[in-house]
Formats: sequence, C-alpha cells, structure tokens
Amino acid sequence: MRYAVLIYQDERMWAEATAEQRSAMHEAHGAFDRAVRERDALLGGEALTGVANATTLRRDPAGGVVLTDGPFAETAEQLGGFYLVEAPDLDTMTGLCALLPAAYTLEIRPVADVSEDDDWLAANEAAQA
Amino acid sequence: MSADVLGQVWRDEWGRVLALLVAQYRRLDLAEDALADAFEAAARTWPRDGTPANPPAWLLTTARRRVVDRLRAEAMAVRKRPLLVVEADVSQRAHAVLADPGGLVPDERLRLLLLCAHPSLAPEAASALSLRLVLGVSTEDIARLFLTSTPTMAARITRAKKKLVTAGVPLAVPDERTLADRVGVVASVAYLAFTAGYAPGSGPDPVRVDLASDGIRLARVALELLPGRAQLQALLALMLLQHSRRDARVDRDGPDPTIVLLPDQDRTRWHHDEIREGLSLLAAALEDEDSDARTRELLLQAAIAAEHATAAGAADTRWDRIAAAYARLEALTGSAVVRLNRAVAVAEHEGPDAGLALLEGLDDLLPLGHRLPATRAALLARSGQVAAAVAAYDLALDRCGNESESRHLRHERDLLSRPAP
Repeated sequence: MRYAVLIYQDERMWAEATAEQRSAMHEAHGAFDRAVRERDALLGGEALTGVANATTLRRDPAGGVVLTDGPFAETAEQLGGFYLVEAPDLDTMTGLCALLPAAYTLEIRPVADVSEDDDWLAANEAAQA
Repeated sequence: MSADVLGQVWRDEWGRVLALLVAQYRRLDLAEDALADAFEAAARTWPRDGTPANPPAWLLTTARRRVVDRLRAEAMAVRKRPLLVVEADVSQRAHAVLADPGGLVPDERLRLLLLCAHPSLAPEAASALSLRLVLGVSTEDIARLFLTSTPTMAARITRAKKKLVTAGVPLAVPDERTLADRVGVVASVAYLAFTAGYAPGSGPDPVRVDLASDGIRLARVALELLPGRAQLQALLALMLLQHSRRDARVDRDGPDPTIVLLPDQDRTRWHHDEIREGLSLLAAALEDEDSDARTRELLLQAAIAAEHATAAGAADTRWDRIAAAYARLEALTGSAVVRLNRAVAVAEHEGPDAGLALLEGLDDLLPLGHRLPATRAALLARSGQVAAAVAAYDLALDRCGNESESRHLRHERDLLSRPAP
C-alpha cells in the first residue's frame, strides 16, 4: 500500500530550536529515510516552508478565483512536510514513523486509487466513446 | 437438538470459523454475512437432520460456499473491492483448512482479536467490532449495550470494518515489543464493553448488566489467546469480582427497580464461584513483578473489590486495607474520582471528619457530577452537621440526572429535615 505521512508541528518550535535540537531532528529524519530506503519504499517527500508563505485559493460562487494570504486553516500545529511511502500494512508504517522526531504529530493516510473509482471510470469511458 | 446446542456452538466456534474465513478471503463484510447465513442454515437443518459430528467444519463448509457464491455474483460488477492485508502464510494455512475442514480447526482468533482491537480505531468502535466479530454478539445487543439504536451501531461497525481494510491494518500478530502494547489495547477494549453495561442509563436496566458479561467473555477469550499476561489476568479478576454482585445490586420487588448499595446487599446472592475465580486470577497477576502502570492500577482496583467480596458482612469490611489501596491508587493515577472513593474508605475507617478533610479541594476538579456533594452530604450528616448536610444534598439533587439515584438522595435528605421525635 502507499501511504502519505503528513507532518504537523508548531512552526515556532523549529524556529526557536537550538542547534542541538535541530541536529537531533535531522538525525531522526535521516534514520527514517534510511529505514524506508532499505525497504526500497520511499516514493517522495518534501519539507514545506512556513504558513506565512502560503497562499490559499478558493472559488467564489461565480467561479472566479479568490486568493487569500495564509494557510487553509489557522491551527496551533501546521502542515510542515510530507513523505510518500510504500509499506505492506499500517503496522509497518507506524513502526517506521516512530523513527521521526517525537515533537511531530503525524497523520498517516492511505493513498486512494482513483482508477478504481467507478464513476470516474464510467465518465472517462463515456468521454472517449 | 435444543437451541442450547447451537447457542453453545455459536459461543465456542463463531470467532474461530470467522477468523479462518477472513484469513482466506480477506473480506470482513463477506465473511461475517456468510457465517451469519451458515448459522441460520444450522438453526433450520440441525434440528431436523441432527447436529453434525464436526460442527465447526460444517459451519466452515457452509459459510465458504456462501462466500464463493457472493464472489461469483460480485465478479459481474466492475468495481474491485479492497482486500484486507493478510500475511501469505496465514492465508495459505486458512486455504488448506478450508479445502479440507475435517481435521483440527486451527485457532486464528488472536489475529482477529488484534485486528478488531486495533489502536487505529476509536475505542468504542474497536469494542463493538470485537464483540461482533470475535464473539459473534448480535448488532442489536451491542447497540443496547452502548445505548444507541441498532442502525446507528450497524453503521458504526461497517465504518470500522471499512477503515481497517482501507487503512491497511493487517491480520497479523506483531513482534513481542509491540504485542505488549497491544495487550493493553485489548484489555481496554474489553473493559469498555464491560463498563458500558454498568453505565447509568435511563434506569437500572437488568438486561444491559447481563450484556456486561460479554465484556467478561471478551477478556476471557483474550486471556486464553494471550495466556499469562498479567494485565488481562488483573482485568478479568476485577470484572469477575465486580460482576459477582450483580444479582444483589438491583431490588426488583418495588414498582421500579432500585439500586441496592453495597452495605445493604444480600451477600448470599453474590456469585461465589466467580469470586473464587477472581481471587485466584488476582493472585496469579500479582506474581508478575514488572507490571506496567495500567496493570498496577487494575491490580489495586481488583484488590479493593476483593476486600469487599471476602468480607463476611458489611461490618467486617477491612476499611483500613481498602483506604490504603486507594491511597496507592491515588498516588498512581492522581485521579480526583479515586480521591473521592478514598475519602469514603477513610471515613469508614477513621470517622467522617477524616473523610471530609480528604474532600477539600475536589470541588474545582469535579464541578459537575453529583457524587462529590452526595458523599460530602452523607459524611456531614454522620458528623452531626445537619444544615450543611441538607445543603449538600440539595446541590447533589440539582446535579443528579438519574431517577433512581435522585430518589435515594431525596430520601436521605428528608430523613435529616424531619424534626426529631
């Protein structure tokens, strides 16, 4: 199965972290990265810049584009990065995630297979017919 | 054949047969429906044709045919159904048994139990699912236990099954380090089912207390599958010691069933066989010297229940030992509710003023329930502070939402307000 691991953290924690704390966090990411690569299971992953740099796009009722400064939702913890990992099951995935920094809250979400979506398939076939 | 035989087979074999079907076909929904169908067929044919020589093999074969029929019907549909994650060797073993179920039916219930009692499910959903899939308790009974409607509970169970499959929770036994944590989840899932039966509903419903015994059955199965685990032994001991009093707890002679408090219970109506079993499990659990905090908590609770269970009469209760156990429990948990119980025990041992002193400072921590003012009222009354006691009873009555408990509080208050003869 493919899992997205969404990393949530109070951004200030990173901003205020000491050099040792930062290097401990890098170390934890390194351990996770190695463990996942050993399984040949890393599909992707990035760290994100802070929510201060986020732009949120919504549509108004007329279909026009409305941009606002900031993240989708103002929360105590923010989405700070993600990994995309192949793992046989959730227990394996949570075992790997335990290697990541303890300060994180991680949301583990299986990736959906849209090609198995009946409605989408039907619509696609109809469009090609 | 009596209905008892089928009921017994249901209780003994449901989980074993279901676990095999799940291991082979990797579909929780199909396996559950097919096995329910197989039991229905058994209820129809066994009385007529006689009970088969090997009931689980009969059920397995019948259920398997249903699964295969459904899978054929589904193959016509476009949509591919998601499958549960099952290790290859588990699947192969199940396949061999299903091909020839005549021999021994291996017990795969541990995997099924660990699947249902998985920490990725909300506790109540895990509890409901464990009762349904591991024990075969009907959705209707589970709904009654958790004070909800059958359709709501059915939807909750369906969502839980879907989450397990979609999230990729495996039908597997984890390594020992993880397993130790998972035993704790299993224990809390069983305890939740047990306590739900005792949760105050609209009244003391004796049927729901009966359903609490399904929580005990779940703990019993868990201990059978994970033998020697101190946390499960302590849990089962606690449940048995508490549940042994069930018949003496409710007085059904009046127009409404009323709760009978511990000191007033007829101790001959306690289930003394369950008390004996609880005591021996408690002794076994105490032998484990490196138990975790949750196990120590359960052990202390069970020790308190054991003191009550072994006192010949209310007057013989060893309140000194109960107060000491509550003191240790409070140190361990820091819980305000434990402090409240400790105050009651200390009042019994040292007098009401010592109990009242322990209630100081609890008001901010327990601002809502009626138990704190009700306890304070009873202790104030015993220490002769009648006006303060009446005021405390009034506050307790204000906060109490349960009819039979309100009746009891009103009665106690009115005894105080009555002028002395």
